Amino acid sequence: MTNDITDFEIPIGDWVAAGVDWIQTNLTGILDGISEVLALVIDSFEGLLQGIPPLILALFIVLLATWRVGWKFGLFAIAAMVLLFGMDIWTQTISTLGLVIASSLVALIIGIPIGITMARHDAFEAITRPILDFMQTMPPFVYLIPAAIFFGLGKVPGSIATLIFAMPPAVRLTNLGIRQVSAEHIEAGKAFGCTSSQLLFKVQLPLAMPSIMAGINQTIMLALSMVVIASMIGAGGLGNTVLTGIQRLDVGLGFEGGLGVVLLAILLDRITQSFGIAQRAGGPPSLITRIRRFFQRTPDSPGKG
Amino acid sequence: MQDKVVVKDLYKIFGPEPDRALELLDQGLSKEEIFEQTRTTVGVQKADFSIREGEVFVVMGLSGSGKSTLVRMLNRLIEPTRGQVIVDGVDITQMSKQELITMRRRSMSMVFQSFALMPHKSVGENAAFGLEVSGMPKAERRERALQALDTVGLAVNADSYPDELSGGMKQRVGLARALATDAPILLMDEAFSALDPLIRTEMQDELVRLQTTQAHTIVFISHDLDEAIRIGDRIAIMEGGAIVQIGTPEDIVTNPANDYVRSFFYGVDVSKVFSAGDIASDRAITVFERTGVNVRAALAQLHDRGHSLGIVIDSDRHYRGMVSVNSLADAGRDSEHPHWEDAFLKQIQPASADTELSEVLSQVTSNEFPVPIVDTEGRYRGIVDKTVLLQTLDKTT
Repeated sequence: MTNDITDFEIPIGDWVAAGVDWIQTNLTGILDGISEVLALVIDSFEGLLQGIPPLILALFIVLLATWRVGWKFGLFAIAAMVLLFGMDIWTQTISTLGLVIASSLVALIIGIPIGITMARHDAFEAITRPILDFMQTMPPFVYLIPAAIFFGLGKVPGSIATLIFAMPPAVRLTNLGIRQVSAEHIEAGKAFGCTSSQLLFKVQLPLAMPSIMAGINQTIMLALSMVVIASMIGAGGLGNTVLTGIQRLDVGLGFEGGLGVVLLAILLDRITQSFGIAQRAGGPPSLITRIRRFFQRTPDSPGKG
Repeated sequence: MQDKVVVKDLYKIFGPEPDRALELLDQGLSKEEIFEQTRTTVGVQKADFSIREGEVFVVMGLSGSGKSTLVRMLNRLIEPTRGQVIVDGVDITQMSKQELITMRRRSMSMVFQSFALMPHKSVGENAAFGLEVSGMPKAERRERALQALDTVGLAVNADSYPDELSGGMKQRVGLARALATDAPILLMDEAFSALDPLIRTEMQDELVRLQTTQAHTIVFISHDLDEAIRIGDRIAIMEGGAIVQIGTPEDIVTNPANDYVRSFFYGVDVSKVFSAGDIASDRAITVFERTGVNVRAALAQLHDRGHSLGIVIDSDRHYRGMVSVNSLADAGRDSEHPHWEDAFLKQIQPASADTELSEVLSQVTSNEFPVPIVDTEGRYRGIVDKTVLLQTLDKTT
């Protein structure tokens, strides 16, 4: 009688913990497998980037920025490189970049096929959509705990937390892009006798490409923000610089790390965005097109660049 | 001509209860009543017609009349709810997925209202799309695509991209893509509706020209009667998912089945619908067979009937000339035994029965005499005078 009816307990926390325990004891083989594959991907990217002499890598980034975006952005890229070297955070930046690329790549390899499946099956979309909402609204820190439990500390759990956090936009925008392909284009594909896989690869995916590229851009940006957070479980890189700044109450160090993240973010954003602008609508022509035009000496080729 | 496509008792019901809707339809309920009872929309009902090989068959109707649905059932972009579509003797509604794909690749191609070109492909690649899909090697399909582009006058643009072309050019690419597959049947869904009027007429002429060199069986959807008349051999008019009338443009204009059909003709240029032969008559004129009557007797007959003009034909009904009361009297005064030839009005030139009315118009109005109409063999068919002409032109206003 004195008991309030709201006074009852649903031990969701206990269940989750029990589930995590169960996975840890019964699925070690799978966890180890995932861990090894991820470690391989991350190590190869980081190894590759760290292996290139810093000056050459910096030059490559500047050239890429100039080619994809324009000479003004090229100047910005030069300034960014100078700052990164000047603040002495080049190694951390490259480590973060490697982790971002590796996590994004894995996120895309998993996410894009999920997005395609969603677009083709309404039932699958109905199931996946709330999961994506869940993944996106869950505070990113929460991913760190199970990742650390399953995979320990270091780059692998960091990248797992990152790829889970960064995957939803790629899935969503792939789904959306394919669903937005006009009915007439689909009809044209079918009317000329496309099989369903031809319809996907020759009509739907190419026409959804701008949307998919926007999703890829979003995924990379989210990966960058998560990688910084993931430094709390030892992912390293720029996040580590920021974390050290916090722990030592060293405003200067924290700011330097933060500025590094911002510079990297701007570079990644603008460059990946440039791939998203439909290649046939005012965007810069592809490298192959440029080379072809150069050799053909077409009089009407645009001289921008 | 042989039947290329035969449509038998074809229905399309959209919505949750197609079977019940069919039952209600069979009981004779209207589209609106069925929607109220079942929330189910009747797209197309009891479509029964055949399309002959090599003809341009125009399906006309207002938007929502089911014409797009009907044409999409011909290649099963929309699955029919009931009925058969028989193409070259084979019922395509019974085809397996694979058979259907083969049929679409070989026998039918389609042109779309908003072109539906692939923006990531060049004009040449777009034209080759159907061939690419059916697995033709690259060099071969490019050659075929270039041929098709040449037919529509765009071979030089093969390496451009769709976003560099005007609307009319884009639709030419759409047409080339459909022609490249060599499919004998073309489905054209409001193919020219998105183009501005001048380009539209140009494309219609182009299509008519194309039909004279390589006749396809064309099913053309349109909401524009002028267009239907220009290009159509036969026209089917749809209302509320049902076909209310099928016939040649002349049939439909002269004998519209109901007010809905008639409503299409407001503002239509009738002088382009009818040919001279359609309205030629023997009104207010006497026909003489030259061996049966002589010049003097003819004059007397004209007086008796109160006619001022006569047409002279020979025993095979071949047109010889036109005479008037005055010309007959003059000839009789000049000679004891006047010849018919002396009495013929010199300035009269007969017109062929298939001449468009618009061309006869100036001849009739600029001349005090009517124009005699002859068929291709030179046989007399009748005359077109101002009164008949005005009555015809008045029909639609």
